[in-house]
Amino acid sequence: MSGHSTYVPSSAIARWFESRLPIIGLMHGSFVSYPTPRNLNYMWTFGAILSFMMVAQIITGIVLAMHYTPHVSMAFASVEHIMRDVNWGWFLRYAHANGASMFFVAVYMHMMRGLYYGSYKAPREILWILGVIIFLLMMATAFMGYVLPWGQMSFWGASVITNLFSAIPLVGSAITTWLWGGYSVDNPTLNRFFSLHYLLPFMLVGVVVLHVWALHVVGQNNPAGVEVKNVKRDTVPFTPYATVKDSFALAVFLIFFSWFIFYVPNYLGHADNYIEANPLVTPSHIVPEWYFLPFYAILRAIPSKLGGVMAMFGSIAILAFLPWLDTSKVKSAAYRPVYRVFFWAFVLTCVGLGYLGAMPAEGGYVIASRILTFYYFAFFIMILPLLGIFETPKPVPATIADAVLAKHGAHAMQPAE
Amino acid sequence: MLFIATGAAAAVGAGAVAWPLISQMNPDASTLALASTEVDIGAIPEGGILTVKWRGKPVFVRHRSKKEIDEAAATPLAQLPDPQADAARVKKPEWLVVVGVCTHLGCVPLGAPGSRGDYDGWFCPCHGSHYDTSGRIRKGPAPANLAVPAYDFLTDTKLRIG
Repeated sequence: MSGHSTYVPSSAIARWFESRLPIIGLMHGSFVSYPTPRNLNYMWTFGAILSFMMVAQIITGIVLAMHYTPHVSMAFASVEHIMRDVNWGWFLRYAHANGASMFFVAVYMHMMRGLYYGSYKAPREILWILGVIIFLLMMATAFMGYVLPWGQMSFWGASVITNLFSAIPLVGSAITTWLWGGYSVDNPTLNRFFSLHYLLPFMLVGVVVLHVWALHVVGQNNPAGVEVKNVKRDTVPFTPYATVKDSFALAVFLIFFSWFIFYVPNYLGHADNYIEANPLVTPSHIVPEWYFLPFYAILRAIPSKLGGVMAMFGSIAILAFLPWLDTSKVKSAAYRPVYRVFFWAFVLTCVGLGYLGAMPAEGGYVIASRILTFYYFAFFIMILPLLGIFETPKPVPATIADAVLAKHGAHAMQPAE
Repeated sequence: MLFIATGAAAAVGAGAVAWPLISQMNPDASTLALASTEVDIGAIPEGGILTVKWRGKPVFVRHRSKKEIDEAAATPLAQLPDPQADAARVKKPEWLVVVGVCTHLGCVPLGAPGSRGDYDGWFCPCHGSHYDTSGRIRKGPAPANLAVPAYDFLTDTKLRIG
């Protein structure tokens, strides 16, 4: 991770170590002296919050795995055993289950930030695509984790999602049989989901390292959307500025998280998941976890099996092409008055699809889902490419320092050191 | 030439090692061993549906009434999204045997009286597919009829599925 380190080993031992493995210098250059744009707002704290959530999920997950049994006849009981018998088990499970939701809250804020401020534009395309891969890995991990308690929603959610692959022409049913290890979701499926649910987070860590590496090569975007031109004028060192700001934001986020753990631990879950899985009875209304609802609404909006599945996967895949779909040279929506309107309409569309995903697939709900699905895709393939041509952006400040000065006046220009 | 031969051998070797890693996920011997099941159907009243578990999935054995048989037989094939004659889906007209898994995304369709959908067959609550008294898809997102498993009548009241 680049960023010129000012680290000077202060002892003979540190010098000896640094000349053999310069890891302290690397950490210092990445998280202490690393220059961050001086105009970052609180939307830039979600990266740190996400890093925290990833570690929290891995730690709570590893200890839960010490008490969980991945077998169809014992999984449900072992989760109740965690809740009732294991010391602090209720806390660990609620922290892990709600932690997944918090992880998604933070990632959606992080993605919205990127979308609003054009963080995906050159030179940050690879950074953005790595983010899309992280999002996909998160979704796969969360989905498999939700199957493990082996409740009714676990089982039927797993059935519906694995059946998506049966929409693939010719090889579809062979692929689903292979995924299941049988002719339906059963013990082999639960076993492999447990194995993969343990594996994927570590792959996630690997991609996050690449994501942070790519970030530190190109530097952070910022609310003005202009690149750092003068490190002294435009940036402040990561420590203490970003460290303190991230820590404060994390503390606020943890209050929010704690409220869920301690006051409404089951609010985001579904009551049917406290009924043990029964392959012969489908719950009357299957809904995925809230963070999948917009995509589920897109799946159900299309009146064809293959078409629905393609639209759903397409709605995620299209994010990877965003750097080339948006033709505007201006990054930040602060200087794009028309884009700003379409952006907020897009956010409302996603929220609306989330609502519709939780509703039954009938009548007006389906029509509304179709309209919003149309806008979802039109935003990427029609609005963004055309807006770059027709929109007249507001004047963009020449430097980050100018943007800060314009907002706060000269007193904001105290030396950073 | 030597490079190509070496590369080809390495590719074959990598494939040979990869295959067991992929194939282990397919149904194992114990799963395949459960491939058939026997059912006593003598107690199913006319109009009743018995649900049995076969290969981890529900199978519906439906004792059809005269009216249900006639409805299924009278439906013109042109009205069906997945055209199939009723006669081709049953061995004895009064017994319909179908896999109780919606061909859309795998939910179990409802078959209790009153929730049988618009065509008197089954209704899938997940995404709203309606099946008729022959288990054929009539309305909704499911692309195909309920599957008919392999089965035999061992006696008049005994059925072997699989």
